[in-house]
Amino acid sequence: MRRWIVMGLGLAMVVTLGWNMNVSMADEDEYWERTRDVASVENSRYQEECGSCHMAYPPGLLPGRSWEKMMTSLDDHFGENAELDAATVTELVQFLRDNSADARPSYRRSRKIIRDLSDENVPLRITQLDYFRHEHREIPARWITGNPGVSSLSNCNTCHQNAERGSFSEREITIPGHGQWDD
Amino acid sequence: MKLNITIIVSGLGFILTSPVLAGDTVTTLLQEYHTQAAQTFSADAGRQLWNQSFVAANGDQRSCSTCHTSDPAQAGKHTRTGKRIEPLAPSVNPERLTETREIRKWLKRNCKWTLGRECTAREKGDLLTYLNSL
Repeated sequence: MRRWIVMGLGLAMVVTLGWNMNVSMADEDEYWERTRDVASVENSRYQEECGSCHMAYPPGLLPGRSWEKMMTSLDDHFGENAELDAATVTELVQFLRDNSADARPSYRRSRKIIRDLSDENVPLRITQLDYFRHEHREIPARWITGNPGVSSLSNCNTCHQNAERGSFSEREITIPGHGQWDD
Repeated sequence: MKLNITIIVSGLGFILTSPVLAGDTVTTLLQEYHTQAAQTFSADAGRQLWNQSFVAANGDQRSCSTCHTSDPAQAGKHTRTGKRIEPLAPSVNPERLTETREIRKWLKRNCKWTLGRECTAREKGDLLTYLNSL
């Protein structure tokens, strides 16, 4: 009798644990669905080739034509040499185009980024997009360039905790040395 | 013919299953550079080149140590973006110097950035010998 009770309790614990894990994973998925602002995409090649020098910017922050131009001028990448072999460039351009702001306009911020751009405009710097400048207009320079924990607006993930996953919600901002952003 | 195929297949199996060590990759590359440079390489010359300063077109002083520090066993920092660079010395970072493609890519880019030109086979050989000795 006692053995049955012990086994029953054990089984119940296993079932409960499994159920909890399922629930928390579903919650997390739902959370990202609700908050992501540009497509949340992962590509190990992109992460490795571009992410070794700087944050791997979500492709949804620029239109496809911008990525294409950037990837065909890597020998002068904002003054740095970031050359890649042709096969890698082709592979990365494909990934970037497929997930760019104009390819994924269902995402809120991607849509806003391309809304302000004419077709002839091929921006290369995310930080100079009208939408980007508008969103950061209230932030004083001493919090950015004068802040050793940030140093440049290009380092999205120093303040936006989930930037690499395409989420830039105001609730997820913590400015080094200043704490939570309070609009 | 059948024997040949068996040898090729078992050779391939060996390549695919053997662990990648910095030593193997470096040896292969050094042989290649050696053929081009017709010169033996020196870790000491590599260390000197590592710390040597070059003047860039914009007047900046640049050397390998600008980003990687003068000790390749330490982590460095990208001079432009500030991103951390893991140590290059295989003794502290076993992932380093294990992929030919990676070594070629970074030597090409970083020689152009630092020296303003691609490195010669001798320079590449010296640098690799130096890093591999750490």
